Amino acid sequence: MRYQFRTAAELLAHSEEHSLSIAELTIHAETETGSLAREEIVRKMLDYYQRMKDSVRRGLEITGRSRSGLSGGDSRRVLMHSKQDSVSVLGPVFERAIAYALAVLETNAAFGRIVATPTAGSAGIAPACLLIWQEERRASDEATSAGLFTAAGLGKIIGHGACFSGAQGGCQAEIGSACAMAAAAVCELDGGTPEQAINAAALALQNTLGLICDPIGGYVEAPCMMRNGLFGLHAFGASAISLSGVKSAVPFDEVVSALREVGNKMPRIYKETSEGGLATTPTGLRFKNARPKNGITSSE
Amino acid sequence: MAGHLSVFEIIGPPMVGPSSSHTAGACRIGWAARNILGQPPLQAEVLLHSSFLATGAGHGTPEALVAGLLGFEPDSERLKDALQIARDNGMDVVFGEVDLGPQAHPNSVRLNLAGASATLSLTASSIGGGSVQIDEMNGFPVSIPGTLSALLMSHRDTPGFLARVTAVLACVEINVAGIRTSRRERGAEALTVIEIDGHFPAEVLTLLRSVPAISRLTILPVLPGF
Repeated sequence: MRYQFRTAAELLAHSEEHSLSIAELTIHAETETGSLAREEIVRKMLDYYQRMKDSVRRGLEITGRSRSGLSGGDSRRVLMHSKQDSVSVLGPVFERAIAYALAVLETNAAFGRIVATPTAGSAGIAPACLLIWQEERRASDEATSAGLFTAAGLGKIIGHGACFSGAQGGCQAEIGSACAMAAAAVCELDGGTPEQAINAAALALQNTLGLICDPIGGYVEAPCMMRNGLFGLHAFGASAISLSGVKSAVPFDEVVSALREVGNKMPRIYKETSEGGLATTPTGLRFKNARPKNGITSSE
Repeated sequence: MAGHLSVFEIIGPPMVGPSSSHTAGACRIGWAARNILGQPPLQAEVLLHSSFLATGAGHGTPEALVAGLLGFEPDSERLKDALQIARDNGMDVVFGEVDLGPQAHPNSVRLNLAGASATLSLTASSIGGGSVQIDEMNGFPVSIPGTLSALLMSHRDTPGFLARVTAVLACVEINVAGIRTSRRERGAEALTVIEIDGHFPAEVLTLLRSVPAISRLTILPVLPGF
């Protein structure tokens, strides 16, 4: 077991010892413990990346509202705006990145096909970041999907040290993890060293600590969708800061410990129960009261 | 968390929305239960706990659990119509609620299933990102994540049982990743779960059926998407 890692410190030590990128080391670790050969692992991840791109495309075509009425057609609106004169001073790419992440969540809300990365509620961030990166760098699907191994490598560390479940750790466990994973991915794709990629993940993750899971009406739509749209940008920001040479005050492994601690101490009402936060605002309650009372009534 | 996570536990599963835990994980639990039962369930009592009960409806949890019981995978676009498809196929599904206690994961479900010639009671939880864990089977505590193929054996607790079984597995060059036996009391009924790397060759079941004391034998394949 030469390539296994459970912490960023171990990941960094192995990558230095074997002169491997995070993506490569993660592939080596997978072939060492899993039942698939290298080519199968790489092909499966490429397939997942192409499924992610399909989920973006499909979401951008949605014009109607979702079953709950909370979302629908929003990614398309943002994409249209990115092409207009009133586009943000940050430019069309900035807005397209938002649109792509929203698109995945729209597909998701429409019971369409997505790839959980690491969860469905946070599934827009990595696809949006990677697709934007691919378009801007004019890269192939094969080259871009390598970023998913970087993302998975960082994800494994979070999975070992904390969790991904909103019901257990709040939104920070979902959006925070996705954001950290995507930050490391674009950082490494842009030539960042393993240390810089891990540092990008640390910057991204620490900035999401405390984020509660308060889905309105219990639906994975609001605020989930906009969290994806806006935290995708966050991942690019963290990567840029790290590539500039700025270091996170707290190393990644310690940020993961903080994530776990905050998650454990977070009140239950903020953990996907829709009993607090935005879910219990007057507006939130209108959607909550309009939905079926529980899992039982919807089956009638 | 024990062992090492696979990249496909982090990225994936491919699934239909809207929730990895409440939809994809729920579907995987139903899928696992159908495979452990070893036959199509004709009757299913689905008891939801905590968050599965509270927010399941908006996430399609009932549909996803039933989709899994029908053998659909988490990325099946038929998932959302599972309740109707179950009715059309004569599967009798009843939903209810259960309190599994404060120790249970909020996203937990108990399934009581009956097929043509077998029954199964199973409790499982959806622990995040579509990953699941089977926590209890027919009253025996277990801990099965479904990321590896697993052999499930109901048997009488007798000396030498594990030695015989592992000898059979060694003959067909199967590498055992983990073994757990739980029993009610010495010499009574027991449940042994063996997880392996790779897949069980077909002949292994025939060989194992010759091992005395086994009353029931099923193979749970790797859950879809792992």
